[in-house]
Amino acid sequence: MSRSNVVLLDHWVSPYAMRVRIALWEKGVEFESRQQDLGNKSELLLRSNPIYKKAPVLLHDDKPLCESLIIVEYIDEVWPSPPLLPSSSYERATARFWADFIDKKFAEAAIKTWRSARSAEELEAARNEFFETLKQLEEFLGEKDYFGGETFGLVDLALIPFWSWFSAYEKFGGFKIESPKLSAWIQRCMERESVAKALPAQEKVLEFVCMLRKIFGFDQ
Amino acid sequence: MTFKPKNGTLQKQLAASFSLINTSASRPFHQTTCVHISQRLKREKRRMAEEKGVKLLDLWSSPFGQRCRIALAEKEVEYEYKEENLSDKSELLLKSNPIYKKIPVLIHDGKPVCESLIIVQYIDEVWPSKTPILPSDPYARAQARFWADYVDKKVYECGTRLWKLKGEALQEAKEEFILILKTLEAELGDKKYFGGETFGLVDIALVPFTSWFYSYETYAGFSIEQECSKLVSWAKRCKERASVAKTLYEPKKIHEFVGYLRKKYGAE
Repeated sequence: MSRSNVVLLDHWVSPYAMRVRIALWEKGVEFESRQQDLGNKSELLLRSNPIYKKAPVLLHDDKPLCESLIIVEYIDEVWPSPPLLPSSSYERATARFWADFIDKKFAEAAIKTWRSARSAEELEAARNEFFETLKQLEEFLGEKDYFGGETFGLVDLALIPFWSWFSAYEKFGGFKIESPKLSAWIQRCMERESVAKALPAQEKVLEFVCMLRKIFGFDQ
Repeated sequence: MTFKPKNGTLQKQLAASFSLINTSASRPFHQTTCVHISQRLKREKRRMAEEKGVKLLDLWSSPFGQRCRIALAEKEVEYEYKEENLSDKSELLLKSNPIYKKIPVLIHDGKPVCESLIIVQYIDEVWPSKTPILPSDPYARAQARFWADYVDKKVYECGTRLWKLKGEALQEAKEEFILILKTLEAELGDKKYFGGETFGLVDIALVPFTSWFYSYETYAGFSIEQECSKLVSWAKRCKERASVAKTLYEPKKIHEFVGYLRKKYGAE
């Protein structure tokens, strides 16, 4: 295969960017990561993602790709080995459903635990929502090693980056996440080089979230 | 088989199909109850898996359901259509989509697939020989997915505000909606369809909303033809396809439905 140019417009703390890093490392693809300053967006970022103006953006031979799950499916199609999506159409639909659930439900609930609850009632509601989605994910995982079964795949990759944010959710949500099944799954994922490399330390993320909360007017 | 409500039963249909947001909060179950329910669900899943064929759980007016109907029609797949009463959801629906409890759900040989764009991609993969819905090139596929996702994220939510809200909030929604349509029109450019020469995922994602254009225009007070004439021409081209023509309802029928929704939500 001819040498291709792969650049990731990246952000160290973004779970969405972590997904792309994990996918690229799983495939053994060499890429250049360019950290983006989201408070002062580069012209390249704005040009590459004019619709959402967000990271991550993958530039493959200068062609931009946006939205983390779409980028990951692209990576899986261009570099097919090892596969991140199953081969059966039904299992692919199931994987896409749960990756989408993580985006629509889990990530939304997680954000609320540290960013939008301004009263005790709102925080209580955010906590309940978070635990509900976590329970649903846990049920889907069941007794499997990974969400996709025996191999690390799309759903695992979609969810594991949020593990680096768990300290922040727990601290500001006022709860402790206790799930032996999920803990075992987290450990399994963290043993993978791609995941260990991609996820920042929880303390660093917590520091970052503390700073963001001050900006949003919490914890004055 | 496409469902079309007969004149005169429309009111009954409207009343039956209005959906309340599912407000059933999860209550703590006794552990024994959980085990019984779990065993019953497993038996049901086994029974469902033994059924052959294609079934679509749907609502006649749903743009999301229409995406699936269009895809199935493009692929000439025979299926059983089941109209759901969203204020009294069937056990089959609740079993097939326990997470969201929403239509559309495609049930193929007893196995449920949920979320309209995921269903459409599934249909494309399972019946690949007829009329591809996604292109074969990975970059083109990523672009198609991106724009279908953009339609999902933007059109329905903003469109809903156009018939629900009033005053300042309505004006804001109108400005936003025009921007969304112009963005889509820019992406369409001078192409026949969003995917180029072939009707594809993005066309399927967006075209059902064109039946709602008349309602959006009426309640928000603007003309989509004036703002985005290329998009309107594209919609006409899509409606020349049999799959689209037999699936979409006339804007006036959707407008009646929206009128009903407005009363329900107290927007009138």
